[in-house]
Amino acid sequence: MAELDQKVNLPDFPEYQTEDGRLKIFGFWVFLAAEVVLFSTLFATYLVFKDQTAGGPTAKDLFEVKEFMAETLILLTSSFTCGLATLKMRLGQKKGVLMWMGLTLLLGLGFMVMEIGEFIKYVGEGATIGTSAFLSAFYVLLSTHGVHVSLGILWVSLLLIQVVKRGLTPITSRKLFIAGLYWHFLDVVWIFVFTAVYLTGLVS
Amino acid sequence: MSQQKQASAKHHVAGYAFSLVLTFVALFVALYTSLPASVKLIGIVVLAILQMVVQLIYFMHVTEGSKIYQLLSLGYGIFVAIVVVAGSIWIMLYNTMTQ
Amino acid sequence: MDLFDMKMPDQLIVWGNPLINGAWISIILVTLGIVFVLTKYKKWRWLWDEWLTTVDHKKIGIMYIVSALLMLFRGGVDALLMRIQLALPNLEFLDAQHYNEIFTTHGTVMIIFMAMPFLIGLMNVAVPLQIGARDVAFPTLNAISFWLFFAGALLFNLSFVIGGSPDAGWTNYVPLAGEELTPGIGINYYLWGLQISGIGTLATGINFLVTILKMRAPGMTLMRMPMFTWSTLITSVIIVFAFPVLTVALALLTFDRLLGAHFFTIDGGGMPMMWANLFWIWGHPEVYIVILPAFGIFSEVISTFARKRLFGYSAMVVSIVAISALSFLVWVHHFFTMGNGPWINSVFSITTMAIAIPTGVKVFNWLFTMYKGRIEFTTPMLWSLAFIPNFIIGGVTGVMLASAPADYQYHNSYFLISHFHYVLIGGTVFGCLAGLYYWWPKMFGFKINERISKWAFWVFVIGFNMTFIPMYLVGLKGMPRRIYTYREGLGWTGLNFIETVGTFVMGAGFVLLVWAIIYSIRHAKRDYESDPWNGRTLEWAIASPPPHYNFARVPRITGQDPLWRAKKKGETIFEEKTPLKPIHMPNHTGIPAVMAGFWFVAGFGFVFEWIPVGLAGILGVLLCMMWRSLTDYHDHHEVPVTELRDAAAEEIKNAGGRSARGVVNDG
Repeated sequence: MAELDQKVNLPDFPEYQTEDGRLKIFGFWVFLAAEVVLFSTLFATYLVFKDQTAGGPTAKDLFEVKEFMAETLILLTSSFTCGLATLKMRLGQKKGVLMWMGLTLLLGLGFMVMEIGEFIKYVGEGATIGTSAFLSAFYVLLSTHGVHVSLGILWVSLLLIQVVKRGLTPITSRKLFIAGLYWHFLDVVWIFVFTAVYLTGLVS
Repeated sequence: MSQQKQASAKHHVAGYAFSLVLTFVALFVALYTSLPASVKLIGIVVLAILQMVVQLIYFMHVTEGSKIYQLLSLGYGIFVAIVVVAGSIWIMLYNTMTQ
Repeated sequence: MDLFDMKMPDQLIVWGNPLINGAWISIILVTLGIVFVLTKYKKWRWLWDEWLTTVDHKKIGIMYIVSALLMLFRGGVDALLMRIQLALPNLEFLDAQHYNEIFTTHGTVMIIFMAMPFLIGLMNVAVPLQIGARDVAFPTLNAISFWLFFAGALLFNLSFVIGGSPDAGWTNYVPLAGEELTPGIGINYYLWGLQISGIGTLATGINFLVTILKMRAPGMTLMRMPMFTWSTLITSVIIVFAFPVLTVALALLTFDRLLGAHFFTIDGGGMPMMWANLFWIWGHPEVYIVILPAFGIFSEVISTFARKRLFGYSAMVVSIVAISALSFLVWVHHFFTMGNGPWINSVFSITTMAIAIPTGVKVFNWLFTMYKGRIEFTTPMLWSLAFIPNFIIGGVTGVMLASAPADYQYHNSYFLISHFHYVLIGGTVFGCLAGLYYWWPKMFGFKINERISKWAFWVFVIGFNMTFIPMYLVGLKGMPRRIYTYREGLGWTGLNFIETVGTFVMGAGFVLLVWAIIYSIRHAKRDYESDPWNGRTLEWAIASPPPHYNFARVPRITGQDPLWRAKKKGETIFEEKTPLKPIHMPNHTGIPAVMAGFWFVAGFGFVFEWIPVGLAGILGVLLCMMWRSLTDYHDHHEVPVTELRDAAAEEIKNAGGRSARGVVNDG
């Protein structure tokens, strides 16, 4: 396989090799813990306002199973491909990293296209951020997640440029690992969007 | 670090499979069963928490690195998250003279 | 909202009121003066190289403290203006609108732009030294934190001369702060100023959490850490988990105002009380963010000047850990009177009273630390001693307020105002000043003049009590907060007049303090003594001011109060025989200041709802982050061994090369 010549002499767990790398990975975990609180505040807001529809469209009027299931499956798959990219990174296989991370980016883009399409459709049905407290909370929760995903796409693209230029080193590996943590975290957030927004909206 | 075993591709496939199964079970419980709404809600929240655990262990490697401190930070975050969500709902929606 | 509709506010440049005209003139004169001095003495390069691009935690700490002192002055002037207006009934020194703006900016500036940065500055100066680290975990991020605070503070303080100040109180309650009732841009200044500096604060929390958990010198176990480091650790935890809630609350109100969302509006299904709920979920932990580091400072100072080990160290640790969790469980006591049911008020009354227990434990620990100690009445010790009774007055009235039925009587009265000034001045400000005096010689190599400082102390503390004891009484007589004037014959006049006189006495205390600092900068003997207070912790083992890498050799720790132990035994905590190794230190970088500049542009644009300007600022921020990501591969340099030799010799001399001067009388 052509992959063999890509294999670099990297230690196991290259992302933890330097003191700086260990500090940054732990620091990023703390950041994610803060993000847990940030999103939980948005979820609390959404759950408080979810029945305040002020005569406008309700969750049942808007949500469609096919749409949000497709979004969910795309994100879950991207989390998987991103995990494989981390695996390849640890094996020192640059090509594998580029391929799986590239696929992750495409899936992320696909998710964003679907989400924006969903928003445009809702707005067309008269459901804007100013329609009701329910929709304000809905749009802000989902766009906060969406902005995170978009920033993630930008960030990972930038990292892939660095991997192409510099190869897999302890530094680029650490950066990839951290971006991976971020991507998986956004998947976890989406699971709660899926549960607390879409499924809950269709249950009651 | 090096004494730890490298997670394999198989491991990742298993994580992916778990997450797909949990997603479809949640969808099924929520939309295609005739359980009472409160049971459904508890059920899908439990499934979401399991899903989070799957991501943390299979993909995010939470048990590597500064394991204890990472878990403590995350645990504290989840404690505050529960306080914020449950507290806000209690205060804003169930704040009556009889509750 | 039209994207390119860059509408002008009614009055872009605020002009006309003599007070504001005066502010304009002084801003212009001071700016010109600074530019003139920097140019005349060719200091621009120096400013950029030594300060604006620094990532050294000690310099960042000094910049925080200088900014905080400026903000203390600004907030203090606001206080004086309010007290002049209320000195006598029916005065017309300020009109109602101007009064509203001033009490809003006074509160916001004092909490967000004075108390927090002052304490964060002291943390920056002391914590890495106390744990034997060469810097914080993320030095560049630390600089970003400072510059974001600076950008937020600058933006907020521009409001009173450009476009108009926020005027809905520091709690910014809706619906008053909503678009319908307050359409101007003042509230936007509040939202963006706090948002930008809040992001910096969150980063500080992460930075110090990681620094303290992961960068301690060998042997410095958690239970050997100095109490100030412990309190910083717990404060960082609270910052990390409380600030995201503020971020969200501010963003939601921004969306209400900018995009017509319905979170806190009365129509559209919004709930104004949700703002109070979110604000105080952050706001109560915030109270502990500004008090715990002060507790840490008092612990250090009292133990040092009683010449005794801190009494009940582990009880102290357990108390602050308990406070960190409890601080997230009491927030409703800020709005007991918003129509809650008895269950909610009862539960939150009980949690509020419970939090008094760990705090009480700490007070006893300080008292027992002094018991049978050899107390030395230095200025930092005086501030710490004054803290105990004053803070207890604030704390006990706090327990009175914690009882929900009683709170219906005290709420929104001057009794409440006096309560939180007793804890925030008696606790936080006294703590900041104690810390400033205590670590000043470490920062600059000389002490602040003790004689003038003791005058400043007594004048300030007397003025403080003269202001706030009558305030309790006038509160019990029913005077509500946030009124700009009152009529005669209510029995409030005499007390109000005494308060105003007291405020001026406090102001005189502040002037004396500034004089003490200026006098000392000009006249104090530079002895560069590394251990001027006969200290107990690591920061006193190295030179004053310390070299930029702090420790030439990383110390080895064998117990609490490592320097004290070494001095007592005549040993050293630095191993003379281990060969010196080159040290990796982070490079200076201009990215943090430039990035904060873009945040300022973004904030300014969004304040005026000039969307293209706001988005341009955000784009600049993103470009800075991308630039950093592409260029951070070589952001360290090496300090060669030749440069370390002198510092290493100094360390050996200081830390145990001679016996301790004081009498060591603990076990």
